[in-house]
Amino acid sequence: MRTIKANDIIIPVADGIKRALTNVDCDALRLLKQAEKKETSPLCKWALGQIVQNDELAARENAYACQDCGQAMLFVSVGQDLHIEGELTAALNKAVENGYSTARKSVADPLTRLNTQTNTPAVIHYDITSGDRLCVRFMAKGAGSENMSKTYMLTPSKGTSGIVNCVVDCVKTAGSSPCPPIILGVGIGGTMDLCALLSKKALVFTSAKKRDDEIALEKRILDAVNETGIGAQGFGGNITALSAHVMTAPTHIGMLPVGVTIQCHSDRKFELFF
Amino acid sequence: MKHYDLPLSPENAAMLRCGDIVEISGFVFTARDAAHKRMCEALNSGEPLPFDLNGAAIYYCGPTPACDGEIIGSCGPTTSSRMDDYAPALMEAGVKVMLGKGKRSPAVNEAIKRNGAIYFAAIGGAGALYKHKIKSCELVAYPELGCEAVRKLYIENVELLVATDSYGNTCLK
Repeated sequence: MRTIKANDIIIPVADGIKRALTNVDCDALRLLKQAEKKETSPLCKWALGQIVQNDELAARENAYACQDCGQAMLFVSVGQDLHIEGELTAALNKAVENGYSTARKSVADPLTRLNTQTNTPAVIHYDITSGDRLCVRFMAKGAGSENMSKTYMLTPSKGTSGIVNCVVDCVKTAGSSPCPPIILGVGIGGTMDLCALLSKKALVFTSAKKRDDEIALEKRILDAVNETGIGAQGFGGNITALSAHVMTAPTHIGMLPVGVTIQCHSDRKFELFF
Repeated sequence: MKHYDLPLSPENAAMLRCGDIVEISGFVFTARDAAHKRMCEALNSGEPLPFDLNGAAIYYCGPTPACDGEIIGSCGPTTSSRMDDYAPALMEAGVKVMLGKGKRSPAVNEAIKRNGAIYFAAIGGAGALYKHKIKSCELVAYPELGCEAVRKLYIENVELLVATDSYGNTCLK
């Protein structure tokens, strides 16, 4: 059985967070540049130009791409043949604390609103996988976009059109608030809680293998959302979302749960294998 | 691109139309959720406010801390709608300019019209860009609120969109 020390992951994960907070994900930046070229609305073109300029400046100068460095979300896959010495959850939170040492502290008690001062605890989701590896995936989740995320409990009769309508409803309600152009995570199936989690995982596990109907649905969602005319920053244009990512799970015969996570264009994430 | 200085004169405010992209320089005060709550409580109880609201500009922003030798960290706008419950009272008390991101409630747009105020949209998620436009930063009030404290910033040549003009017209979706 392979053994790793929990404390050995602290430095690499903290470094990964620091890098991610100043370097917007390359896929998002590529799509932003494409959007700037394609957009026909002058106001949105200006907004997209400012965003691209910001992201390049942030990477060059090691500056935080956005002042909202988010609440840290960690998706941790633990191989069942791996033995971890020490406390994994404590090590992950230490990594978050260190990774956010010079970033804005955005985590507070929900009732007293007292800031924890460390940006911890992180929101951590664990999966048990086969093998003996550990994988840590990070995503910074800002409030502007997360406040606009939603779940819908549809009846099965609503079908794929119903799913597309949910996402469009969510995006329209959000309007200019979540910093469009947005990135969409859509979780379909499971239960109310699982569809919400899938909508997050869809954004993080982007290289997961997909079925043809899932890929077709992603395109349908993206086209429908871009028909809304909200545009970058809500200035009225044809690019409201940069991409849509679907993840599905079997559900009850009487349910069709749909979770929609809106992620802002400032997509900050990484994955690390141990 | 036209340039305007803060505080905005009533004549200049009247010239701005929603959809205009303009360049702005001058002093703004940062305030977000917690500072707005405190300021409105102070207004209601007749206690002193952290700065003179008359003609003032408020920037909805909670910056990242400054590193050594820096004036300020990244400092883009936060979602304005969370301040919608407080904004009309502050405008009645003298606030003339707001900077933030995203659409406002009909009540806020009405209050903007009533008070001849302006709501500018900055670009959400462009905090590194705005960091370079801040030439001074002074902590003014509520230091215990951390990033939510009130700070007086001098902003220089910041490109902004007139999102709601002084006639109450808005161009945000």
